[in-house]
Amino acid sequence: MQALFEEFPVIRDAFWLTIRLTLASGITALLLGTILAAMRVSPLPVLRGIGTAYVNILRNTPLTLVIVFCGLGLGLVLDVSFSTSLSTNYLWLSIIGLSAYTAAFVCEAIRAGINTVPIGQAEAARAIGLTFSQNLRLIVLPQALRAVIAPLGSILIALIKNTTVAAAIGVTEASLTMKTLFESHGAEVIPIFFGFALGFVILTLPTGMLFTWLSKRLAVIR
Amino acid sequence: MTENGEAPPLVVLADVNKHFGNLHVLRDINLTISRGEVVVVIGPSGGGKSTLCRTINRLETVDSGTITFDGQPLAAEGRALARLRSEVGMVFQSFNLFAHKTILENVTLGPIKVRGLSRTEAERRGMELLERVDIGAQASKYPAQLSGGQQQRVAIARALAMNPKMILFDEPTSALDPEMVQEVLDVMIGLAAEGMTMMVVTHEMGFARRAANRVVFMAEGQIVEENTPEAFFTSARSERAKDFLSKILTH
Repeated sequence: MQALFEEFPVIRDAFWLTIRLTLASGITALLLGTILAAMRVSPLPVLRGIGTAYVNILRNTPLTLVIVFCGLGLGLVLDVSFSTSLSTNYLWLSIIGLSAYTAAFVCEAIRAGINTVPIGQAEAARAIGLTFSQNLRLIVLPQALRAVIAPLGSILIALIKNTTVAAAIGVTEASLTMKTLFESHGAEVIPIFFGFALGFVILTLPTGMLFTWLSKRLAVIR
Repeated sequence: MTENGEAPPLVVLADVNKHFGNLHVLRDINLTISRGEVVVVIGPSGGGKSTLCRTINRLETVDSGTITFDGQPLAAEGRALARLRSEVGMVFQSFNLFAHKTILENVTLGPIKVRGLSRTEAERRGMELLERVDIGAQASKYPAQLSGGQQQRVAIARALAMNPKMILFDEPTSALDPEMVQEVLDVMIGLAAEGMTMMVVTHEMGFARRAANRVVFMAEGQIVEENTPEAFFTSARSERAKDFLSKILTH
């Protein structure tokens, strides 16, 4: 237990990084996933094709590979750079990887939501003269999103846990910090482990409860 | 104005054909609707009535033939099609009010987003229309909180809010409980009396008798017979129409 108290500032910073990774990737994934879902239901076959290919590739590639590709492929080979600080740069590259990966799942959740919106809603919107994009933005997506708040919550919980994969390219989030502490406090591996596990539960459990509450509160009554 | 000085018809369907797979749902449809005219389309289920109605604002495309609205051929897609649709109101069998919007928002959405009206102006006019269909007191509720008859009256107000040149009614009372049919028909009769151009797919013979200028009888994708309501109901010419009338009028 001693180590957990001694190293509290380090642990706190590590989890703060986990939270920032989650928020940045989560918001980007929500935006990108919504655009992808719009592409997948668009009347243009090219857009549908791109959307489908994206989802199938990203969803079927292990996240570790995606993150390593972002770190090594984008970062080292293609020299994509966001900052002169190496650690900040890898942080951004890991956010790209997490966002790109999570967006595929967000897209599929939203697409499932679109399927729950009765066809008559879109027809009525077309009948008053809304364009395809107005129809999507004003009528279909608001209802679709509200139908999939609970699944989006599950995706967010998965994302919180998935941020640990950023350790693969040296981002010092919670799991990498835990490994470092194992090495410096060899006698206290078990307490340190449970301390970090508890940290994740503290992040994920309220997230799940919040999204369950939101999904009930915002449900569209038909 | 045409050469002989009469206003040109609002809708002209010429040789329209449509298939759903192997099913020939519209066969050589020729139909003209004049301004201010109320046309009731009746006939057995599956006869193509709803499909015909939906081709006029292009919710259904056609395989061949032409449809002109207000002198212009129907636009195929994009903004021109959206503009056409904003001029043709539609009232659906299942109401299709926007479930996540309040009653007032349902009525103001089109005027604000399509016509570019200010929110204040759209809401003022929206309230007027809701008062007119007797729903003013429910303006801040959501569609699911209203009865079917109330929802359908809101749907009519939503169509009217766009100042349409015509309103299509696709079986507007078929999904209603019997005691709510009349309140919707009353609103429609009022509109007809004011000179709104209407195409109404319905089984309500009382409405046809009272408000229609013309009855179009459709069966198996064809227009079998057209006549004034009185002449049609008392002395239908075709066997199919007589057969249909005998089934719905005897009880």
